[in-house]
Amino acid sequence: MFYREAGQLKSSYAGDEAIFPIVQDRWAMAVLLLFVFGVLPFIGTEYFYQAILIPVMVYSVAAIGLNLLTGYCGQLSLGTGAFMAVGAVACFKLATAFPEMNLIIVFVLSGLVAAGTGLLFGIPSLRIKGFYLAVATLAAQFFLSWLFNKVTWFQNYAPSGTITMPPREVFGFVITGAHASAEARFVFCAIVVTILALAAKNIVRGPIGRSWMAIRDQDIAAELIGYRPFQTKLMAFSVSSFYVGFAGAMAFALWLGSVETAEAFDINQSFQILFMIIIGGLGSILGSFLGAAFIVLMPIILTNVFVGIFDMQAVTAKHIEFIVFGGLIIFFLIVEPQGMARLWQLTKEKLRSWPFPY
Amino acid sequence: MSAQERVFNETLLSVENISLSFGAVKAISDVSFDIKKGEIRAIIGPNGAGKTSMLNCINGFYHPQLGQMVYKGAVRKQMKPHETAANGVARTFQNVALFRGMTTLDNIMTGRNLKINKWKTWLLAAAIFVGPTRDEERVHRAFVEEIIKFLEIEAIRKTPVGRLPYGLQKRVELGRALAAEPELLLLDEPMAGMNLEEKQDMCRFILDVNDEFGTTIALIEHDMGVVMDISDRVVVLDHGSKIADGTPDEVKKNQDVIDAYLGVPH
Repeated sequence: MFYREAGQLKSSYAGDEAIFPIVQDRWAMAVLLLFVFGVLPFIGTEYFYQAILIPVMVYSVAAIGLNLLTGYCGQLSLGTGAFMAVGAVACFKLATAFPEMNLIIVFVLSGLVAAGTGLLFGIPSLRIKGFYLAVATLAAQFFLSWLFNKVTWFQNYAPSGTITMPPREVFGFVITGAHASAEARFVFCAIVVTILALAAKNIVRGPIGRSWMAIRDQDIAAELIGYRPFQTKLMAFSVSSFYVGFAGAMAFALWLGSVETAEAFDINQSFQILFMIIIGGLGSILGSFLGAAFIVLMPIILTNVFVGIFDMQAVTAKHIEFIVFGGLIIFFLIVEPQGMARLWQLTKEKLRSWPFPY
Repeated sequence: MSAQERVFNETLLSVENISLSFGAVKAISDVSFDIKKGEIRAIIGPNGAGKTSMLNCINGFYHPQLGQMVYKGAVRKQMKPHETAANGVARTFQNVALFRGMTTLDNIMTGRNLKINKWKTWLLAAAIFVGPTRDEERVHRAFVEEIIKFLEIEAIRKTPVGRLPYGLQKRVELGRALAAEPELLLLDEPMAGMNLEEKQDMCRFILDVNDEFGTTIALIEHDMGVVMDISDRVVVLDHGSKIADGTPDEVKKNQDVIDAYLGVPH
């Protein structure tokens, strides 16, 4: 009844190609942005930012990155954790080596370092596909983990093996280090996520996105109509790794503050982010957000329910949480194998004709 | 159509003594023929005659062991598929090879990939979108809309092609090939699996493309009625060798062709 597009006719290609062609969607987006930047920074608690909002944002960026590669270009990767580690380590090295450098530049450069690494590990994709490629990217995961652990230069020779982000400011606000306020870190994250998500959406709706999807759907036909498979795949690998590396730098500098690289960005991270895009929806930017939110929030909600309402012991709750969480994932995949983004799309289609579906 | 014989002088592509084998299997042996600029050239033959292999050779997807191709007056080097595409060769496939996850519009837009200005749509410009990339997209969108209008598929513009019926998918595939503004269009069984009405539509589109854009067309087709009606010249392959070449009327009377199709008593 409220979600109607009847009468909203497009008279230009500009109107037709807009990200949100329907007026109601544009309003919803505006309200959401207003809420994130105008309300959330004033109402949250330290726990709320640190345990929920910032992780969701960091993982959203990582999930967008993997989604560009796996969802849009069809190249399966299990090296996400390693590329996050590259971003984190690059961020650490740059921030400590050049204390004067603006933090935004540090983040972008960390992303670029990860992009270069991704490019290198994307080279096998010319010859191998599917699960075999996933195994090849596993090599990246284990090799890089080992490298960052073994070569102490990456930790500035710290005996503990951990890397710690020094305090830095952006435009006068302290956003990293022990004294940065959670609000400031959250706002910075939110701005970065908004920009990166918009950029990703723009890339996938333009010629580059089409080339990726062409390779994903029919690589031989794509080559016969003029796409160059190697360049296209490498582009996907490097852009994807840029996002993932950026997420790694954010996780390290804005969220955790201090990490043991090999521990924080291990193979489990790679799987977690892969689950996020599968549950959220392959080939969807919105899906990356939904998946990240699901995977981050669900354990927290379940723990609160079991401990808070059913008064269980924390250990028991943790075990039951694993069971319920696994069950939920299976349930989601059976109900909607194309992920939560597809579910949302179907809801919108139903809403369009509600309450008179015929 | 074949009643009024059209005359073509300029040779666009000449295939000279091509042989192709996969291990011990000879797919094509010593075949030569030419395709004149502006004509509709049919390649026919029984199953396994080497027709699709022939298209794949022209396409650069297979590389023949012997023989050479002269394209636009120059001997063609061994080319990768994307290079032949850049040289003005576009094609459709026997079993529809559309990008199933994308809409009709996006599929046809992919056909423009070689015409899109790379500098206006490089990564950072594409990420910002507003500005050069958007302008470039508009220009090509307008061109693609012309094709959509020409093929009468306006209604399915925003439908993912995976959901379309087979006949429409074939039409979208033709659209994608046309979007590249090819000089030589290769159609691999454009009418396979279609009903009479869809076949008539497809014939009309093929003839219109040839007529309006002057595109040279090489097509493989099993429906003899269609082949004899729309093509200017026909080459017949059987077991990898050429057995006849000429106008539809000549080919129809050729004893070898009749034998190949109907079989000969031994």
